[in-house]
Amino acid sequence: MDDGIAPPPAVSTSALFVGFLKIGLSGFGGVMPFARRMIVEQQRWLSELEFLDVLSLSQFLPGPNIVNVSVIIGRRFQGVTGAVAALAGILLMPLVIVLALATLYTHFAHIEAVRGSCNGVSASASGLIVATALKLARPLKASAWQVAVCAVAFVGIALLRVPLLWLLAGLCPVSIAIAWHTRR
Amino acid sequence: MIPPVLFELAAQFFVLSLLSIGGANAVIPEIHLRAVEIHRWMTDEDFAQLFALSQAAPGPNVLIVGLVGWKVAGVLGGVVAMLAMSGPSSVLTYGVAHAWERWRDAAWRIAIQRGLAPVTVGLILSSGYILVRTADHTWMAYAITAATLLFSLSTRLHPLWLLAVAAVLGGSGLV
Repeated sequence: MDDGIAPPPAVSTSALFVGFLKIGLSGFGGVMPFARRMIVEQQRWLSELEFLDVLSLSQFLPGPNIVNVSVIIGRRFQGVTGAVAALAGILLMPLVIVLALATLYTHFAHIEAVRGSCNGVSASASGLIVATALKLARPLKASAWQVAVCAVAFVGIALLRVPLLWLLAGLCPVSIAIAWHTRR
Repeated sequence: MIPPVLFELAAQFFVLSLLSIGGANAVIPEIHLRAVEIHRWMTDEDFAQLFALSQAAPGPNVLIVGLVGWKVAGVLGGVVAMLAMSGPSSVLTYGVAHAWERWRDAAWRIAIQRGLAPVTVGLILSSGYILVRTADHTWMAYAITAATLLFSLSTRLHPLWLLAVAAVLGGSGLV
């Protein structure tokens, strides 16, 4: 195990593009587990700890998480060109495929079974999102204020339909202030 | 002549890109709010279908954005929406990545992270709620949602299997 001690491997711009292209095509409903497997286990571009660090930054900043991961890793190895190559790799093929799928869907949407399948998938995929949220919520249970902040965000966005900007502007400073005052 | 709707799409997702703390899943309620309720670009049913398509294709969750753009203004709309959603946040991330490495153990940085985590979870929970509300209209649909939730919390089953079973059930006219 070498965590951050070994010199970083050389990763070319084209390797970044191809690597993220593969990640983009390998996952359904989110690609992060596949990203970790390829970057840490197969290519060994980053150690486990380095990847976790990249992941936590990408979750904390705005933007799609995997897009942020691609930008950070692309930047680390090849600067701006690396970031652009990794970003293009992660988005290009999935976008082409999903737009092709959508075009196909409009041609066959009049068929009862096709619409029915789509309804089934959206019902199931909604359940997956709820599951994602509940899994992420597990570590919050330990502190009452975090549960309260989570509840306020839910009531504001889901039930009251408050615009996101207002909610973030009101809630984030309060939440960060509580986190600061309860730091150990 | 560039259609004005492309500018509108770009403007909407440019803002969302910088608000999407917690990733694409966290801004689904806001995308729904803007696309369905404010701009009336599509119905609830359209939105649910686009969401299903985004989940049935390989790739990151952010594909829903490309599909919303596509619904509004065709393939070019899809590309514009995707670029607008990914561009601003990527520039920010690029700029901040270096500072992050420098201050990774700073108390203020840890406080920001701990403060944002519960907000993010609340947002993704809201996404689940909004999606269930737009997608589920029959008891069978609710049952599929509930079964998917239970299976993905209690087993390590690949989500694609759950989606596939749901597609078959739906395709045979049960949903």
